[in-house]
Amino acid sequence: MKYIDEFRDRRLIDKVARQIRGAVDECRMYNFMEVCGTHTMAIFRYGIRDILPDNIRLISGPGCPVCVTPNEFIDKAIEISRRDDVIIATFGDMFRVPGSRSSLEKERAAGASVKAVYSSIDALMLAKRNQDKEVVFLGIGFETTAPTVARSILLAKKDKVSNYSVLCGHKTMPEALKVLTGDPGLAIDGFLLPGHVSAVIGARPYEFLPRRGKRCVITGFEPLDILQAILMLIMQDRPRIEIQYTRIISKEGNALARRAMDRVFEKCPSEWRGIGRIGSSGLRIKKEFAHFDAGSRFKPKIATPKENRACICGDVIKGLKTPPECKLFAGACTPEHPVGSCMVSSEGTCAAYYKYSVQRLADSV
Amino acid sequence: MEKITLAHGSGGTLMHGLIDSTMIRKLDNPILRQKKDSAILRIGKARIAFTTDSYVVSPIFFPGGDIGSLAVHGTVNDLSVCGARPLFLSLGLIIEEGLDKNILDKVIRSAGEAAGRAGVDIVTGDTKVVERGACDKIFINTSGVGDVYYEKLSVSEIRPGDVIIASGTIGEHARAILSQREGIEFGSGIKTDSAPLNKLIRKVFSASDKVRFMRDPTRGGVATTLNEITASRPFGICLEERAIPVSNGVRQACELLGFDPLYLACEGRFLMVVGRKDAAGVLNVIRGDSCGKKAAIIGEVTKEHKGRVYLNTAAGGKRLVDMLSGEQLPRIC
Repeated sequence: MKYIDEFRDRRLIDKVARQIRGAVDECRMYNFMEVCGTHTMAIFRYGIRDILPDNIRLISGPGCPVCVTPNEFIDKAIEISRRDDVIIATFGDMFRVPGSRSSLEKERAAGASVKAVYSSIDALMLAKRNQDKEVVFLGIGFETTAPTVARSILLAKKDKVSNYSVLCGHKTMPEALKVLTGDPGLAIDGFLLPGHVSAVIGARPYEFLPRRGKRCVITGFEPLDILQAILMLIMQDRPRIEIQYTRIISKEGNALARRAMDRVFEKCPSEWRGIGRIGSSGLRIKKEFAHFDAGSRFKPKIATPKENRACICGDVIKGLKTPPECKLFAGACTPEHPVGSCMVSSEGTCAAYYKYSVQRLADSV
Repeated sequence: MEKITLAHGSGGTLMHGLIDSTMIRKLDNPILRQKKDSAILRIGKARIAFTTDSYVVSPIFFPGGDIGSLAVHGTVNDLSVCGARPLFLSLGLIIEEGLDKNILDKVIRSAGEAAGRAGVDIVTGDTKVVERGACDKIFINTSGVGDVYYEKLSVSEIRPGDVIIASGTIGEHARAILSQREGIEFGSGIKTDSAPLNKLIRKVFSASDKVRFMRDPTRGGVATTLNEITASRPFGICLEERAIPVSNGVRQACELLGFDPLYLACEGRFLMVVGRKDAAGVLNVIRGDSCGKKAAIIGEVTKEHKGRVYLNTAAGGKRLVDMLSGEQLPRIC
């Protein structure tokens, strides 16, 4: 398969792994954060930590959209799903995410209409096919998904689809990285920056990172991409932004996608699960499109959101702790009975540690 | 109150939990407790394999098959992997009010043809019709009996050093269903792998008496089936990612939708644990059959990592392969 096989070629992988071993300074540690949840999953799935020298530490970052979605959002989605006239359309990952008191999966079993879709455009089609129902799409994700959701709202307006709306929980990535790099507790030398977010926003929004002394490489998702990016991070003579994922990313990003976002959304403060409120890190639907804003249309009333205090998802998302340091990990919190969002999302760090875990393998002698 | 969710029916961890905590606990007996694909019964001097399975696939027609042929193949295969020669099947139908008679005819004809090819007879049945909405078009239950001719199959016969064989490319059935359900074409030649395996399995047993265990990787796929084998056992299973036969079409579907082929259902494949000395011979026998052309040795039984399935990745690393948990979910970014 073109663009896949080449990037999983074992000979090339072995070669880059040798180059990494040759390039590292054995007297120091390298702390690199992979920002994106898809990177985390790929690193575990291909066993990339096994291939790296011991003094390169990969820290999983906040780039799993499900994981940073606060309970409040899920509680609101659940409240809306209880209306008889509503079909909730969502990316599949959101199904099992526990809110304060329930999950969409449990609500579906209790009679709510919740459907998994692959895109917001599918949700819009669902609305067109079910004119007697209100279709509410759960808009979560970063700059990767936000433009497509913006597009679905623009299309809904153009086609006069009045029974489609979006519960908007979108977030933007650079602001979160600003907060993380301002945290003195987190010693990061460099970032594997997210490939697909960068396809939209380009390289410029990250320019503050080199100024803060952080090396950056915008990285693809195949094993060879990740290894090459790590090699590039090690070899940088001074902190700067490089693009490894050149087959997708241009420095300018995708202006068309950004225009759709700017047309429909405006910046707002946003709550990040585990990190807290970050100014200008969220997107909300502009007043002009209020008809398509499920939050203002349905005004869901929810009880004060609850969090499990023992869950350390917040520190995991910030890269301060690893999942096995959590008391709940693999005991009270498993993919079947997740306590925190990092366990339920297929791209969550806890799920990756659990599913592919070297620790669980090592425990079985 | 706890509710049953779709994840309880996915073949993974939750379903096993439900079976252990509810069905086995409340219906307990020594035969049920063995949790085999078929119950092995002693009736007089005869050893009989007995199994049952319900089919609720949607859509009911898919590339290369339909619910009728699937219901026959599934039960024939559950008997075959237990070392039995499938003989007689029952066919129980639950039909939704309003179903076109033509569709029913087509499904029954297909079940009949599948039984003919497998050399079994459908000898009894039942028909129920329910109100519109009480089921989806048609659900089928088949039960089957067969006489056991290879008696040595048991997980307790498995030893470190034994070899794991997959009888063909994995995940083709899941891809065929997905292509219909999601309306996405993944490459050419989309076709379910659903097929009766009794004749091929019979050839395998004639070629070797070192076959330790066999199971067909249906719901939950290869990963879940192998985890069922290693659970609480004094051995592990090590898979070699590069050796696992996966067609380009299945790989494309997985890349696009965020699935792992190791968890995709097959309906015409088996996984086999066989003594190392016999592996090459058995592999030749399987590859000589039209259902087994792409068969491959995909891993081995190890002393290390007892109770676990693990994988040497194509990239050169090593990772755990867990049982399926929940439903396989599409990725969101």
